[in-house]
Amino acid sequence: MRIQLSIRKSILYAALLIAALSFVYPFIWMMGAAFSPSHEIGKMTVWPAHPTWSNFRSLIGKIPIGRSLINSLLVAGLTTALVLVTGSTVGYALAKMKFRGRQLIFYVIVFTMSLPFQVTLIPNYITMVNLHLVDTYLGLIIPFAVSAFAILMFRQAFQGLPQALIDAARLDGCKEMGIIFRVLWPNIKPTIVTVSILTFIGSWNEVLWPLIVIRNEQLMTMPQLVTLFAVGGRADSQLGVKIAAAVLLALPVMIVFLFFQRLFIQSMASTGMKD
Amino acid sequence: MNTTTQDRPRGRAARTWLPYFLLSPYLLFVLVFVLFPVLFCFFLTFHKWNIIAPMHFIGAANYNRLIHDRLFWKAIGNTLKFLSLHIPLQLGISLLLAQLLNQPIRAKSFFRSSFFLPVIVSGVVVTILWQQLFGFDTGIFNRLLAGIGLPKIGWLVNPDMAIYSIAIMATWKNVGLYVILFLVGLQTVPPQYYEAARLEGASRWQQFFHITLPMINPTIFMVVVLSTIGGFSLFIEPYIMTGGGPLNQTLSAVLYIYKQAFQYYNMGYSATLGFFYALLIMLVVVVQKKMIEKED
Repeated sequence: MRIQLSIRKSILYAALLIAALSFVYPFIWMMGAAFSPSHEIGKMTVWPAHPTWSNFRSLIGKIPIGRSLINSLLVAGLTTALVLVTGSTVGYALAKMKFRGRQLIFYVIVFTMSLPFQVTLIPNYITMVNLHLVDTYLGLIIPFAVSAFAILMFRQAFQGLPQALIDAARLDGCKEMGIIFRVLWPNIKPTIVTVSILTFIGSWNEVLWPLIVIRNEQLMTMPQLVTLFAVGGRADSQLGVKIAAAVLLALPVMIVFLFFQRLFIQSMASTGMKD
Repeated sequence: MNTTTQDRPRGRAARTWLPYFLLSPYLLFVLVFVLFPVLFCFFLTFHKWNIIAPMHFIGAANYNRLIHDRLFWKAIGNTLKFLSLHIPLQLGISLLLAQLLNQPIRAKSFFRSSFFLPVIVSGVVVTILWQQLFGFDTGIFNRLLAGIGLPKIGWLVNPDMAIYSIAIMATWKNVGLYVILFLVGLQTVPPQYYEAARLEGASRWQQFFHITLPMINPTIFMVVVLSTIGGFSLFIEPYIMTGGGPLNQTLSAVLYIYKQAFQYYNMGYSATLGFFYALLIMLVVVVQKKMIEKED
């Protein structure tokens, strides 16, 4: 019985290890390939025999990858900040205030969440043209500055807080903005973290919209620049350079993930559980 | 509540006006980026427009063109092919891994995080990486096949294979997320159910099919819907990997809509495709919901 059990356990661990390896190994291979001279890339070895920085050096010479990193950080950071502010003010109104049309607005939010983006894609591009937001940071930020998902998350979090907290703050002469951001925010830190992570990652990884509104290479986000580099002629026959670009794109998110794994996983899992 | 402030007339005025003030960013946003685009998209479907020259009203010509557009229907067919492999694979693998993890084991969080790694990384990275893995001569998969004496597979060059290769890649990228969703689902099954089943002499398989599966039906629905929406949104993978080829076998509808708008500047027609496609997606999701509810 004992032996049977331990065999079962070993099979279980072996299966899990193989699975884990199949998800992690390709990334490790990618790191190795980025440091490989061109004649070594096809090999399956984890680390090249003659590691070199040449792929990265030639990448930096070809596209403004450093600038795109700053662009991406700026766009994702500002988008996240705006989503947090709009999400909490709207969420607060829906959760803690009574007004005409509250139910209607709630339904509108739920509807916008299930509306496929394909229908708004072309008109939103035309709006960007008319507002002169093509080739600007604002063109990348504004269409993502309000998130129905964030509103619903904040609404739910605020609903869970006692009304007494708000009444007490009001008696102390606190204005609504002060109530939301100074009194209530410290009580809903998990929601703020979840919304921040999801918005930041979503913005960081977005590539279709940047492809549409940004043509100036100096303003391109990192995934966009890497995409155009990968499909355009400039990476031709230079596999190592292309992979080096992918490594630079993956690294920031991977490093943050390494430190906050639990928070990331909890946040991402909550997207599937909005009802 | 709030009697203190509502007693004062000014306070009351502020209170009724305030919610709308707080909502104003959202209302403005919905107006500009949801309501207007949907209406404008519908308006565009009756026009021919290349953005620069003035618009032409052309009646239902765009719809007529859509009905006879072989490439568009091919793109939808490709999406269905993609889903026919992606959904079963996604459900099967994520449920299996969740079952394996849902036991008293060590290093659970290590395994969870490894499965999750591809989820957080940009699709651009995953696509560039898998393009190499799928390589015909130097790709890892064909090297492994050759290693055990099997013939090479034209993962991305064989027209009958390419869309399924992309489906495999997409499954690999997203499985980690669904493992977590299933883990949450599995933990909602009361342990007493399994105890009772064991007392009745039910085997592990019987327990799985008669207790676990019915209990996690909501999670299955969620995974099917999220995978379907993901499949219908396929863009960057074929854009980078194949450009829609070979022989348009990996052309996705979003890629086609993108090309119509930003390569050929057929804004009216592209809007028609987008409008129709969005309706189709909503219809598919509703039908899926009905089907899964019926199974209960």
